[in-house]
Amino acid sequence: MYAQMIKSEATQEDPEKLAAFQARIDAGEKIEPKDWMPQGYRKTLIRQIGQHAHSEIVGQLPEGNWITRAPTLERKAILLAKVQDEAGHGLYLYCAAETLGVTRDELTEMLLDGRMKYSSIFNYPTLTWADMGAVGWLVDGAAIMNQVPLQRTSFGPYSRAMIRICKEESFHQRQGYDVMMKMAQGTSAQKKMAQDALNRFWYPSLMMFGPSDKESVHSEQSMAWKIKMNTNDELRQKFVDQTVPQAEYLGLTVPDENLKWNEDTGHYDFSQPDWSEFFDVLKGNGPCNQERLAARNSAWDDGKWVRDGLLAHAEKKAARKVAAE
Amino acid sequence: MSSPNAAYPDTPDQAMKPKRHEWPLWEVFIRGQHGMSHRHVGSLHAPDQEMAIKNARDVYTRRNEGVSIWVVEARHIAASSPSDKGPLYEPSESKVYRHPTFFDIPEEVGAM
Ligand SMILES: [Fe+2]
Ligand SMILES: [Fe+2]
Ligand SMILES: [Fe+2]
Repeated sequence: MYAQMIKSEATQEDPEKLAAFQARIDAGEKIEPKDWMPQGYRKTLIRQIGQHAHSEIVGQLPEGNWITRAPTLERKAILLAKVQDEAGHGLYLYCAAETLGVTRDELTEMLLDGRMKYSSIFNYPTLTWADMGAVGWLVDGAAIMNQVPLQRTSFGPYSRAMIRICKEESFHQRQGYDVMMKMAQGTSAQKKMAQDALNRFWYPSLMMFGPSDKESVHSEQSMAWKIKMNTNDELRQKFVDQTVPQAEYLGLTVPDENLKWNEDTGHYDFSQPDWSEFFDVLKGNGPCNQERLAARNSAWDDGKWVRDGLLAHAEKKAARKVAAE
Repeated sequence: MSSPNAAYPDTPDQAMKPKRHEWPLWEVFIRGQHGMSHRHVGSLHAPDQEMAIKNARDVYTRRNEGVSIWVVEARHIAASSPSDKGPLYEPSESKVYRHPTFFDIPEEVGAM
């Protein structure tokens, strides 16, 4: 997902307080920033929301790659609006994390020096225009699977950020599918491009949900805290079940020989992605890890004079105002 | 940085960290339609109030969500604390006569 492999923090606190806290969550109450919360809940959420925010921001890069090369002015305007939304998603999420006692700049620094991660999916390149279709359709589609249930998460600011984000996401997925439809109904070269995009993005999209966590104690704690709402396998299955008919409608083939509808389970059987590739990408060895981090670092460094200049100007103005009063 | 009555808490590790020189945090309130009151929609960072309003326009009203924007620096917000819940709100629980349903008006009297 946008937050992958989040380890929950152990918590050593007053058992009575912990029980009262868990009872609030079980009763469906929202936890707000000033309420008492276990240290583990706070730290796990900072990590999870921060990683989610970083993914929104780094996720602008693969699509930003095509803004200047969109095939029509309309497609360009749409893609630009989509990428701008992602910046907004990053901002909503950083703000939610900030209510837990960390600043946005601190989180940014942790992304830039590699202490924090972003989703593995954004380390894959976008090679053709059809990739803009595949990303919107599959990557945003997979993100939606996770984000919709998170609207009910126990932490108030996170839940409210998710509600805003989900309102915008269906535009993202639909514009992606619209690109795919156009390509799939186009010339044979265009259709080939669409198939190639699906081939390259299928397994990385399945990896977005993370490896199976049925037996993970971290997931168990996060689910009890309602900061994780489903297991990774549940979400992946839901994604496959939803996406396969959409691929069929396009006349494209999902690149999995084992993909088959299973009457007994009422779900598709499908092949797992190559998890060694996933761990390798997380370690920093994906096709674009270096390029992505370098782009974020230079944006931060090149923007420093603007941040400093505007702050100095604001402080000068404020001082002048005080002097005049 | 924040007082105990600020909107956001000071956490134990925050007190230990050196103070950072960053753009301040602003809270954003939007009037969705004419005739409605402004509602809190979220927060953002900006160096000053002009930029805060511009950023709020870009982030929170991209789809016609508002006709008016208020911004206020987060550190200027005073907030009640969760532990005050009892003393602040309990007194009103016993004053049921403040609700119109407390009074039985005979049907013959008509709508009231
Ligand atoms: Fe997003
Ligand atoms: Fe996204
Ligand atoms: Fe999106």
